[in-house]
Amino acid sequence: MQENIQLHKQDVNIREDSFLQGVKDCIPTLLGYLSIGFAAGVVGNTSGLSIVEITLMSLLIYAGSAQFIVSGMIASHGSPASIILTVFIVNLRHLLLSAALSPYFSRLTPVKTLLIGSLLTDETFGVAINKTTNKNHLSEKWMHGLNITAYLNWIVATLAGAFLGQWITNPEKFGLDFALPAMFIGLLVIQIVSRGKFTKDIVVAISAVVIVLGTSFFLSGSMAIIAATVIAATLGMVVEKWK
Amino acid sequence: MEIRWHILLIIIGASIVTLIPRVLPLMVLSRINIPDWAMRWLSYVPVAVMAALVGEELLLVDGKFSSFQNHIELIAAAPTFLTAILTRSLLGTVLVGIVSVMLLRMFL
Repeated sequence: MQENIQLHKQDVNIREDSFLQGVKDCIPTLLGYLSIGFAAGVVGNTSGLSIVEITLMSLLIYAGSAQFIVSGMIASHGSPASIILTVFIVNLRHLLLSAALSPYFSRLTPVKTLLIGSLLTDETFGVAINKTTNKNHLSEKWMHGLNITAYLNWIVATLAGAFLGQWITNPEKFGLDFALPAMFIGLLVIQIVSRGKFTKDIVVAISAVVIVLGTSFFLSGSMAIIAATVIAATLGMVVEKWK
Repeated sequence: MEIRWHILLIIIGASIVTLIPRVLPLMVLSRINIPDWAMRWLSYVPVAVMAALVGEELLLVDGKFSSFQNHIELIAAAPTFLTAILTRSLLGTVLVGIVSVMLLRMFL
């Protein structure tokens, strides 16, 4: 009987950390990825990019905001250097996400962390960080399951957008453009509720929003996000030190 | 069905500058011991970045503060937040958000 319970426990542990569990934990984000990826495919199509070029972009860049920017700037005949620089600035926030996840993968070799980081997105980060509650490391297999599912879904979505884009005149009618903000709301709330640092987190969240609004007058959207994240996280750190 | 060489150049360049910030901290920071204060700082990054992204999506139009122009999105945010708080379900939250916006656009 004792042995049975022991075995059962181990079974549960394995499933929690498995590749398949990572795939399952990715499912709630798929709809958001699908609609954004679809939109990215449509925009690529209207910018005059070929389906091969759109697919290559999803395979290699794999970042929604960056792909919208590349499509838009190619359509307006931006220079390669200015396009690449803009993409770099927009995706600088990944530095913070990657840094925040690093303590949970401290047991892995650099090559393994390279594989994990190369498929990191806002959404997979959100799912992963919510998984870290009461844990000091994350499973590599689980992370691959999460990452690869999101990656394949993104490629399928952009391809579908590129193919069907010619017939879709108004995706906003179905509220699909709200999938991304709704997903960020979900990730934010779940993170705050699961951490149990309610008051401090609310202070940090409200400051971040206020800083985004304030800095948007003189910074571009992505730089405002970075400034808000750095300042609000510092505020959280200081407040926690006081108490 | 072709790839133009200057487009290829842009895609490869953009993919390199996207890859570096994604992998560098994971590769470097996971090798060293991070001091306590830095860990505490990092622990607030998720909430800060997600809140900043929500603020940007709901309150800015083309990167500028627009004195609450996004009426529909702001109204839809209420049931979306409520669903997230009550159910803690990401899928449920996304679905309620999308349906709310769809219904509001139909009737407003």
